[in-house]
Amino acid sequence: MLMARLLNHERGGWILLAVLGVLAVVVPVANLAVPPDSVFHVSTYTVTLLGKYLCYAMLAVALDLVWGYCGILSLGHGAFFALGGYAMGMYLMRQIGDRGVYGHPELPDFMVFLNWDALPWYWYGFDQFWFAMIMVALVPGLLAFVFGWLAFRSRVTGVYLSIMTQALTYALMLAFFRNEMGFGGNNGLTDFKDILGASLQADSTRAVLFVVSALALALAYLFCRLVVTSKLGRVMTAMRDAEDRTRFIGYRVERFQLAVFTASAVLAGIAGALYVPQVGIINPSEFQPLNSIELVVWVAVGGRGTLYGAALGAAVVNYAKTVLTGTLPEVWLFALGALFVLVTLVLPKGIVGLWRRRQQSRRDLAHA
Amino acid sequence: MPELPSTRPPPRLRARWQMLERDRVWDFLIEKPTRDELLAADHGYILYLEDVTVSFDGFKALDALTLYVEIGELRCVIGPNGAGKTTMMDVITGKTRPDIGAAFYGQRLDLTRLSEPEIAALGIGRKFQKPTVFENHTAFENLELAMSADKRVWPTLKARLKGDERDRIDATLATIGLIDHGDQRAGTLSHGQKQWLEIGMLLMQNPLVLLVDEPVAGMTRRESELTAELLTRLAGDHSVIVVEHDMEFVRSIAKRVTVLHEGRVLCEGPFDSVQDDERVREVYLGVDA
Repeated sequence: MLMARLLNHERGGWILLAVLGVLAVVVPVANLAVPPDSVFHVSTYTVTLLGKYLCYAMLAVALDLVWGYCGILSLGHGAFFALGGYAMGMYLMRQIGDRGVYGHPELPDFMVFLNWDALPWYWYGFDQFWFAMIMVALVPGLLAFVFGWLAFRSRVTGVYLSIMTQALTYALMLAFFRNEMGFGGNNGLTDFKDILGASLQADSTRAVLFVVSALALALAYLFCRLVVTSKLGRVMTAMRDAEDRTRFIGYRVERFQLAVFTASAVLAGIAGALYVPQVGIINPSEFQPLNSIELVVWVAVGGRGTLYGAALGAAVVNYAKTVLTGTLPEVWLFALGALFVLVTLVLPKGIVGLWRRRQQSRRDLAHA
Repeated sequence: MPELPSTRPPPRLRARWQMLERDRVWDFLIEKPTRDELLAADHGYILYLEDVTVSFDGFKALDALTLYVEIGELRCVIGPNGAGKTTMMDVITGKTRPDIGAAFYGQRLDLTRLSEPEIAALGIGRKFQKPTVFENHTAFENLELAMSADKRVWPTLKARLKGDERDRIDATLATIGLIDHGDQRAGTLSHGQKQWLEIGMLLMQNPLVLLVDEPVAGMTRRESELTAELLTRLAGDHSVIVVEHDMEFVRSIAKRVTVLHEGRVLCEGPFDSVQDDERVREVYLGVDA
């Protein structure tokens, strides 16, 4: 029964799962087993870059769950991503041990620099991997729950909610910039050495992180797909289309919004936790409101309300960003803005919508 | 059976705790009253509105309105604009609280003390004038969403359609004449079909009373006829209250008509006698009657 539902995908979903499966096998092999001078060799830089895209794609899928299906436009999902990242970063900091610049056995470098003599209480436990992993899910989840509980209970939706989520991520950015917060201030957490005893600089660790990211994205997609194809999914789209009506036939809309928002935040947190060991740093700029807006653009470009479209959009836009910021860095922001305007005007359903329309017209031609 | 409002929540812990109190009958041993017991509607009436007055900023939308509705009755409520028809519906569904007066559902349930969702769960369904169905869902899914069930988040996630539920949805689709449109997106249905689908959504919640606001506005003649048939069929199993302007339609379905005017009942009776009533003609002067 569950199996049958796990295998219920549109073609785009199958393509996403197939691509992830192929990537998870081919990329590590091409990186580790193929000699560097071969044309089939994939550099470690590329592995890390692709791994980063996968984390972004997972974040986009998480946002699509709330935006595409519940109609809640969160402009602060970057905050949940960053919080998951910070939880992972704290674990990685504790793993440095006495190998830091100041060689303190317990305190991270920035705390020694600030003349702190003891670890703040909220850093306790982060030397344990399992504890950090719980926090990766719990901290973004809890924040989303409290924030969502207050917002949805007061029936704050639409553009007001979007603005509030922007404020949330902005406030967190300002807070994390402060040295007194104990999260490394504007430098954030970096200089990581190893994860679970494996060196982060090793190619094999990078490859494993890549495979784990691919798996996590596939699982996140499957989880979201299970949710949206269940009756809960139909209630979600019903809420999106006619909130009052849904409330009137007996669903407590705010509870559904809260549950989905929280689940989505947890997914975003996990994506952030996978992102940090691959890029090697987490700092308050991840909380920038602009990041969360970019994220919305990914989902819009790919096609919201499809899940796999969000993943596609994240990959496409970030690839464009990598290329453009490399060749014409000053053009990128304009390109991003133009992209958003263009997609809204010409492709309201994103790339997936364009593809579907072409399929449809081809079918119509075949019938004619 | 919809969830009944209970004054005390029945968590398991509470039940265990009570086991220690040997000198009383434990709450969890008392059977929850069924809807019929709560209603105690054994005097033949399902709704009692007595001397209901509602005023907004001094304007009396309802002025000592008194109205009784029998079980299984099909009642038409007519009246010119501002006569208080909508306010009357609002009072029955708990949206508006009367300033004075009593509104009872059955003999025991005080509508003025129940919340909107509670009243809906107890079986008073309301169909609004403008059809609002879920346009992106199929007709079948619309009914599935409306079906009485555990509507909390987790049970909804785990919910799977059982055979008998599927049959019930199909039966309702047949009742509202949409059996061949079950897989059609509701947004592509005609205006009339949407109205029926919405009535179907009400039916999925096991209502005892159906409040239907202007069902045939904007319908074609044929659709109006089918709607009249549908409502007539529903009466009997349900008490149906129809608010309508279209006199032709009212004539085709009504056994009993209540005319409201300035928040009061102007007259009440069979359609023909109401139509001949002097005061009604006066009120409706200039109005198509």
